Amino acid sequence: MANNTDRDKAFNNVRAILEDKYEIANDPFFTYITANSDSLLSLMQTLKEQLGINYLSNLTAVDYGEEFEMVYHLYAIPDNGQKLAVKTKIPRNRAELPSVTSIYPTADWQEREVYDLMGILFSGHPNMIRVLLPDDFVGHPLRKDFKKEG
Amino acid sequence: MIKTDLYTINIGPQHPSTHGGLHVEAVMDGEIVRDAIVHLGYVHRSVEKIAEARTYTQFIPYASRLDYLATHLPTLGYVQAVEKLMGVEVVERAQYIRVIMAELSRIASHLVFVGSLAIDLGATTGLIYCFRDRERILDMFEMTSGQRLLASYMRVGGVSADLPEEFFPAVQSFIKDMPGMIDEYNGLITGNEILQARCKGIGVLNPDVALAYGVTGPNLRASGIAYDVRKADPYGIYERFDFEIPVGEHGDCMDRLVVRIKEIEQSGNIIRQALEQMPEGEVRGKVSKVLKGEKGKEVYHRIESSKGELGFYLIGNGTENPYRVHVRAPSFVNLMVLPLISRGGKLQDIIANIATLDPVLGESDR
Repeated sequence: MANNTDRDKAFNNVRAILEDKYEIANDPFFTYITANSDSLLSLMQTLKEQLGINYLSNLTAVDYGEEFEMVYHLYAIPDNGQKLAVKTKIPRNRAELPSVTSIYPTADWQEREVYDLMGILFSGHPNMIRVLLPDDFVGHPLRKDFKKEG
Repeated sequence: MIKTDLYTINIGPQHPSTHGGLHVEAVMDGEIVRDAIVHLGYVHRSVEKIAEARTYTQFIPYASRLDYLATHLPTLGYVQAVEKLMGVEVVERAQYIRVIMAELSRIASHLVFVGSLAIDLGATTGLIYCFRDRERILDMFEMTSGQRLLASYMRVGGVSADLPEEFFPAVQSFIKDMPGMIDEYNGLITGNEILQARCKGIGVLNPDVALAYGVTGPNLRASGIAYDVRKADPYGIYERFDFEIPVGEHGDCMDRLVVRIKEIEQSGNIIRQALEQMPEGEVRGKVSKVLKGEKGKEVYHRIESSKGELGFYLIGNGTENPYRVHVRAPSFVNLMVLPLISRGGKLQDIIANIATLDPVLGESDR
């Protein structure tokens, strides 16, 4: 396991490259980078090219009422000590983000799932259709205001 | 040159080789597959939404139903995520019991893989041999948790009960018999000429494609990349064990089979070491009966399940219910490459490709 000095080194590395453009924070598990929907793609590109982050493990969305938060968890294969979580907030009334499929193809179905269950659109996605629910389903069940009863 | 129209053949959702409700729409040009469109969701039950209305402990049985072929792995991943969220320590003996159960689950899942690959390709006997041995693992699960398939045995801070007396001879004799079992699989299945003809050079997953599409687990390793979360980002006490990461060379169906058989051996090694090192003591630490996640605090925890990287993303909201639970299901992500490795092949190769990607639909559909 990456010990504390490795973690510090990894964190400093991220800071050196991204500090002047993005807000960066740290907890015992992850380095958190905050981007907005305009800077998301260039951030992902930088992570992949300059930090060797070639593995987008997980992406999902959280409903916070007025806004949604997208979160992306990224690592490198083979492991280089980096554990990154990229976060982007988007307003509920304009729930749209650029798709990261051009940089990380693995986002394809995962973004479709977020669209399906949370109702966030990804511009530039090659196939923005539902993945789990039927095509004629109405609504996005993981939204907090989704009506559960009949 | 004769021109043919493209036509579609639907494989599933009700088809034994899809291992659950998976629907693949094969677009055929004569005998050649032009595309294989995957339709998911036949067993979608919205566990992420259900989780928001359950307490942290109540979700454990739902977690065990994610990957019903390896019941202890998803529950382990989930309770460890909760422990990370709440800063709960796990007692030593329980750590070892968890490793033993997790590795037995991995073996049980890989045995389904080997057996079902055999039967999907027409070798009925292969299935029976693997299920004969898997039965012994299910018996052990029954001894420890009272449940054979969907054991909700993991608890936050430990496990639900100590191992019973009769478990130890059962697991010892299983480990002792394992080399013989593996020889049998290799003789009967891996070494079978028909199976080799159906698997060698079929469904080749190139390492760059595997990485780009986030394929993990034995499928990634079969493509030659030695990446295993147990080594890359160890959780629990996996650092204490000595084991190898088997890798393949060609990334074809054959390698995906061979890597899994080798992993069964490695899991046996880990269990043997865990049994030797396991201390006496409590199996469940002092954990509050009311578990509350701190408001706004979040964790993403991943484990190496039998299918690949299984991740749980949890957010607390200050109450007994989580604000959000997301499951990063390896079966879901791995299935994304099915069209890529099937294009240009024959229809029957799709069957081998589905079987060797080893999706479990409870997990991919959630």
